[in-house]
Amino acid sequence: MSDTPSITRADVAHLASLARIDLPPESLDHYAEQLAVILGAVAQVAEVAADDIPPMSHPLPLVNVFRTDEVRPSLTSDEALSGAPSVESDRFRVPRILDEA
Amino acid sequence: MSTAITEPVVPYDEVIAEFDPVLGLEVHVELGTATKMFCGCPTEFGAEPNTQTCPTCLGLPGSLPVVNAIGVESAIRIGLALNCSIAEWCRFARKNYFYPDMPKNFQTSQYDEPICFNGYLDVEVETDDGMRTFRVEIERAHMEEDTGKTSHQGGATGRIHGADYSLVDYNRAGIPLIEIVTKPITGTGKYAPEVAKAYVTALREILRGLGVSDVKMEQGSLRCDANVSLRPSPESPLGTRTETKNVNSLRSVERSVRYEMTRQAAILRAGNKVMQETRHWHEDTGVTTSGRPKSDADDYRYFPEPDLVPIAPSREWVEQLRAALPENPSVLRARVQAAWGISDFEMMAVVKAGALELVAATVAAGADQAAARKWWVGEVTRIANERGVELVDLPITPVDIARVEAMVGAGALNDKLARQVIEAVLAGEGSPDDVVATRGLAVVSDDGPLLEAIDAALAEAPDVAEKILSGKLAAAGAIVGAVMKATRGQADAARVRELLLERLGVAE
Amino acid sequence: MSDLIRLTAAETAAAVASGAASAVEVAQAHLDRISEVDERVHAFLHVDTEGALAAAAAVDSARAAGATLSPLAGVPLALKDVMTQKGIPTTCGSRILEGWRPPYDSTVTARLKAAGVVILGKTNMDEFAMGSSTEHSAYGPTHNPWDLDRIPGGSGGGSAAAVAAFEAPLAIGTDTGGSIRQPAAVTGTVGVKPTYGAVSRYGLVALASSLDQAGPCARTVLDAALLHATIAGHDPLDSTSFDGPVPDVVGAALRADVQGMRIGVVKELSGEGYQAGVQQRFDEAVALLTGMGAEVVEVSCPNFPYALAAYYLILPSECSSNLAKFDGMRFGLRVGEDDGDPSVEQVMGRTRAAGFGAEAIRRIMLGTYALSAGYYDAYYGQAQKVRTLIARDFAAAFEQVDVLISPTAPTTAFKLGEKLDDPLAMYLNDVATIPANLAGIPGMSLPAGLAPEDGLPVGLQIMAPAMADDRLYNVGAALEAALLSNWGRPILQEAPSL
Ligand SMILES: [Mg+2]
Ligand SMILES: [Zn+2]
Repeated sequence: MSDTPSITRADVAHLASLARIDLPPESLDHYAEQLAVILGAVAQVAEVAADDIPPMSHPLPLVNVFRTDEVRPSLTSDEALSGAPSVESDRFRVPRILDEA
Repeated sequence: MSTAITEPVVPYDEVIAEFDPVLGLEVHVELGTATKMFCGCPTEFGAEPNTQTCPTCLGLPGSLPVVNAIGVESAIRIGLALNCSIAEWCRFARKNYFYPDMPKNFQTSQYDEPICFNGYLDVEVETDDGMRTFRVEIERAHMEEDTGKTSHQGGATGRIHGADYSLVDYNRAGIPLIEIVTKPITGTGKYAPEVAKAYVTALREILRGLGVSDVKMEQGSLRCDANVSLRPSPESPLGTRTETKNVNSLRSVERSVRYEMTRQAAILRAGNKVMQETRHWHEDTGVTTSGRPKSDADDYRYFPEPDLVPIAPSREWVEQLRAALPENPSVLRARVQAAWGISDFEMMAVVKAGALELVAATVAAGADQAAARKWWVGEVTRIANERGVELVDLPITPVDIARVEAMVGAGALNDKLARQVIEAVLAGEGSPDDVVATRGLAVVSDDGPLLEAIDAALAEAPDVAEKILSGKLAAAGAIVGAVMKATRGQADAARVRELLLERLGVAE
Repeated sequence: MSDLIRLTAAETAAAVASGAASAVEVAQAHLDRISEVDERVHAFLHVDTEGALAAAAAVDSARAAGATLSPLAGVPLALKDVMTQKGIPTTCGSRILEGWRPPYDSTVTARLKAAGVVILGKTNMDEFAMGSSTEHSAYGPTHNPWDLDRIPGGSGGGSAAAVAAFEAPLAIGTDTGGSIRQPAAVTGTVGVKPTYGAVSRYGLVALASSLDQAGPCARTVLDAALLHATIAGHDPLDSTSFDGPVPDVVGAALRADVQGMRIGVVKELSGEGYQAGVQQRFDEAVALLTGMGAEVVEVSCPNFPYALAAYYLILPSECSSNLAKFDGMRFGLRVGEDDGDPSVEQVMGRTRAAGFGAEAIRRIMLGTYALSAGYYDAYYGQAQKVRTLIARDFAAAFEQVDVLISPTAPTTAFKLGEKLDDPLAMYLNDVATIPANLAGIPGMSLPAGLAPEDGLPVGLQIMAPAMADDRLYNVGAALEAALLSNWGRPILQEAPSL
């Protein structure tokens, strides 16, 4: 097993904010501990000498899968909005946005 | 909420004396494909909310993307027109961040493997020493997808700040975008704002010529973000840049760059640091305001999009597309200028008016080049300016102008009537022929009524008749004018003069 | 006619086609069985009684009208709750999707409907298919029909248990790292993960896009083949769908002949960590294959020991991104109001914290970490290189042999709760199944007998080169026949009655 990376409470809080998960503060230590253990185990990928090995992101050797530029039927707005927690004027209603994109 | 936040600025001359500007321009172009980038939903502008969506562009669980072939083809054609290399193999990547207008909370984009890279675009700017060409190097042009459209409710102004909640329409989500990014543009000195504008203008011309987009800045189908930084001298390392968004017209490109230079100069002069941030351009007040700070916290966690396979455009395909490209606008300009035999100054007037293609098309429709230039650069441009729109967006075509000019050539219209016809066409009264017919506009070519009017005018002004008879031919103008007035402009002034002199027995 | 539930899918289809039984009778028998036992097994999250009976009635009318029925017409099936079915609740075992009814059918669902397969309902699973025990379902665990105190495997424990408990002769599973094969192994059923790209992923709620693959769960190899043939084939809605002919899996299952085949035993998938009874049944199966004329050799795949680590970087990375869309804005759970306070950022954060279970959160955080600037190369990047090495190991192995075999899972079904708080111990269940997902090759698990020490089912895994799925069925059917003649009756008849 490779050296276990240290994962702090602050690291977990940062990850949680990147992942938009509002973790209760009391759970941060628990997740820090578990992530450190898992990361320690998976870090063994570093043991494989693979400098000259190409990365494989996908099992299929396909390229150039395209669609013709032809319109297909869309959903109706009722169908599109059917699962929405909140709707107004045929649009998805969402809480106020703090950050600008 | 008011945006009248006034930050200190430095007069532009002083900015230039003390600093060297560096620009970077990012242009997003919405392609004019029939369907979205990754699904078969239509892309029409202005449809009812959420009627052009499907599981894929709504990001519903289980949905998958499939690449639009024309999206890829358009990207390659744009790259070729911008002198780019076309990747032999590239991929889409996911750019991960949360935002309610983005259905999947990642944007399917391209990261370190763009389809087009290393190009350039030469742009011409009028300098103190005449026209000068600046080469703008293109870093990359890549494919991605647009977001949905958010409208902010409650609060004072419909702005994001102070809103109570927002409403999202995903019709726009997934529309193909090409993002074209320049390398840092250096060496422009005081012409930085003009170079920025010239670049976007030229880019727009190219995109329009390719027919890949309607490039309407006001509708958002062409959007520009301007990065600006200042440094003490061209030898200094790059300064901290800001990225100005919401630059929605050609004029704003120039103005916002100029403003941002003057604002940053004030900060630097005061010994402070420019903050790396996104800023928003306000067309009304002509200033930028602070948006979101950019920081290391922007961790987009890019990785290859596993739902799509790589794109490997064959060299045959690329060469086919290259061979079928329309002529580059700058090459076209040089060729056309030579063919028309006009001066640099005359050519510049056409280009500045954004009328080159329109004039060329008018010539192709049978008009004389001088006449075509006269109408487009003169009367039509005047009306476009009045209305605050681009020439191409006016409801008059090169064929219309050629037709008007043909009627002038045939003596059926004179200059004044032709102007009226053009105004009427622009007012939506139909084709030039329709206007002439319904308004009953035509030059009075029957000499009878003209002679009557001449006699009446001479009777009104016997003193003028005397002058003419005594050899002062310049006085004829007064009679011609009176006749024109009497015929409500529908006479051919040259013919009136001819008849007048004949009547008085005076030789030219 | 409760015997109807004991029929294989092939027998059921024949009975419906001949008129010996109506599709409605068959559906009703299974619905009755579900009512009778599912309280204890908890294989189903949703039973669509009305829809199932309507679909069955449609098959009966088509038959009455003289239409030619497809090979599985009238056969009931349980659909893993990770597949969308228009108008039917689809939760993926997660609180965050509670009450969501998709407005569209997955391609698999559409093909099943078109084939006259009668969809009984949606089966339980580990949340978003993350787990090996179905204990990570937000709706409570599924119980193994062999021993209700034990896990049915995962993530597709509901599908496997439904088949093992005679609630359905067929089920659809999805397999990202073993989620069809490992549940099959511990429930004494057959499960197949087809070649990546063989079955459309459109409408399969993604866990890890480059690994996920849907496939059949059944009680016999032939039944699995019939279902495989029904759902496989190119789909223009899935860019990663293979555009080529589907191998003749049904023909291969009927052929069932290993004479002269070269079969490799994977050296690295045995020894330490493998339960003695599992190894014993596996070794006996090897002897049977040799006895039937196959040439069995040992093959080494030296990089397999790194597969688990690579998998637990690649999967969380992809899943952290795939699960980002669950934010309470367009569908599913929302925690918080939209009346001016709290902000959208807070609502998203609260929704995701409340909607995701602990394992989902662990994996999302792990993937977020592995993709982060500064860690990408060391973790995700390096894992992708290991993936290349695993694929090369397979390529080299298939130079020597036609198929590879191993135990499917290192142990038989463990007790509920035993590994719930030890993620690493849980992950080890998939050590033998993960390599096939990383390389995209097909794999099958079929019952090899019961472990002497605990009397619980043992699974044997067969792996074949990409797009040679037919070899799985050929070898699997041959071994199944040999085992059946040794046992005298199907293994599921050894299970205690529920
Ligand atoms: Mg972009
Ligand atoms: Zn769509």
